[in-house]
Amino acid sequence: MANPADRLYTAEHEWILLAPGAELPAEPVRVGLTTFALDALGDVVYVDLPEVGATVTAGDACGEVESTKSVSDLYSPATGVVAEVNQAIVDDPALIAADPYDGGWLFTVTPQETAKLLTAEEYEALIA
Amino acid sequence: MSTPRPTPLHDVHSAHGARLTDFAGWHMPLKYTSELAEHEAVRTTAGLFDLSHMGEIRLYGPQAGAALDHALVGRLSAIAVGRAKYSLLCDESGGILDDLVTYRLDEDEYLVIANASNTAVVLEALTARVQDFDVEITDETAQTALLAVQGPASQAIVQQLVGTDEERAAIAGLRYYACMPAQLAGLTVLLARTGYTGEDGFEVYIGADQAVPLWQALQSATEAAGGRLAGLACRDTLRLEAGMPLYGNELSLQTTPYAAGLGRVVQLGKPFVGQEALAQAAEKTPERVLTGLTGTGRRAARAGHPVLNAAGQTVGVITSGALSPTLGHPIALAYIDPAAIDPTGEGQSLQVDVRGTLLPFDVTPYPFYKRS
Repeated sequence: MANPADRLYTAEHEWILLAPGAELPAEPVRVGLTTFALDALGDVVYVDLPEVGATVTAGDACGEVESTKSVSDLYSPATGVVAEVNQAIVDDPALIAADPYDGGWLFTVTPQETAKLLTAEEYEALIA
Repeated sequence: MSTPRPTPLHDVHSAHGARLTDFAGWHMPLKYTSELAEHEAVRTTAGLFDLSHMGEIRLYGPQAGAALDHALVGRLSAIAVGRAKYSLLCDESGGILDDLVTYRLDEDEYLVIANASNTAVVLEALTARVQDFDVEITDETAQTALLAVQGPASQAIVQQLVGTDEERAAIAGLRYYACMPAQLAGLTVLLARTGYTGEDGFEVYIGADQAVPLWQALQSATEAAGGRLAGLACRDTLRLEAGMPLYGNELSLQTTPYAAGLGRVVQLGKPFVGQEALAQAAEKTPERVLTGLTGTGRRAARAGHPVLNAAGQTVGVITSGALSPTLGHPIALAYIDPAAIDPTGEGQSLQVDVRGTLLPFDVTPYPFYKRS
């Protein structure tokens, strides 16, 4: 499945809703998981997200995603303060895979700086 | 590592979009779509599995039963023709080499089913142990496919593949842990009412060269009944809910049948390899016993996580754990120091160290799930 070109990606299979080439915005932006990550994980049954108000660091683990068989760390694509978490996916983790690039977002962060991020094209070359 | 072996159904799995994984040296379907949907299908209707990685070892000869009585912890000579028995292959010190299902096909003929990861070990041990008996032993793993239909609709599904009322009645009359020769979709099979999911179900043994047409017939009937193709991912959560041990997790050379809660399958009143050690082990309380745990919330304990008592002392370790898809809460099996457990076995509060976070778990008798 195509990864939307309107955002950037990490090598750890997260997306962050930052337009390629644009300045970092002052408002919080959404972070989510790619279909490639979700396909590899299997059905997600539990998500541990950072708390609202916590500072996350680009490239560092900030939570966990569990499937029936495995646990994966969630890495933050950006350094900044967490503004909101998606309670809907905490309550029903199946919503993540149902709509990974929109309604299945995980949390929002007000980005101060980012990890090395990839365009959709670069990310798809990485997972090809 | 060598390249994983394909089962006779490999191309069928690929054509149905299976995610394949290397399991015990075989290229096996992990899942086709969603392992949770596959799990639910087995609990509510049916799932169709390819289990052709399992080992099939045939023993034939006048002393086949006596040879197995010597080789395994159970009394296989005592089971009737057409019945199956769960048993263990132990070493001299009583450690478990494998857990096995053995079918008695005829007076002089048995079929031993080994775990894929242990087939070579089982073949070697059985060959050595039966050499003084009048019996021939053959490894038929490569020539045999094993398909399983598991779930409450499985009887109706298998009945779809026969043409007469008499055959349908024979399928309905086949008891749990029994087997019979049958013709399904015109193909000659060994049909057994066995499984590893905690549901009613059938395991069907067939020549590898006929696996594809049997699969196609079973798939059509399964999907028509509302069931699904199912992979090994859901098989693991199904067996854990049913409290069935998995070799490599709950069972190992370091585990005796008594520690694993399988003392009932050991027949100490006959000579067999490991009898002396197991007779001694039977007299003692094991240092650790396999114990069921349930948690609250949604965070699973996983194999290797330490189990602690209320005072924070380590009293055991998790061997298998998952968020139970059927029950909705975490379930786990763990080896725990029996001194740390209330003798009533219920309501004992322990903690599991889940990657640095201590979460409460209660001692709970298993199986966690029983079909109604």
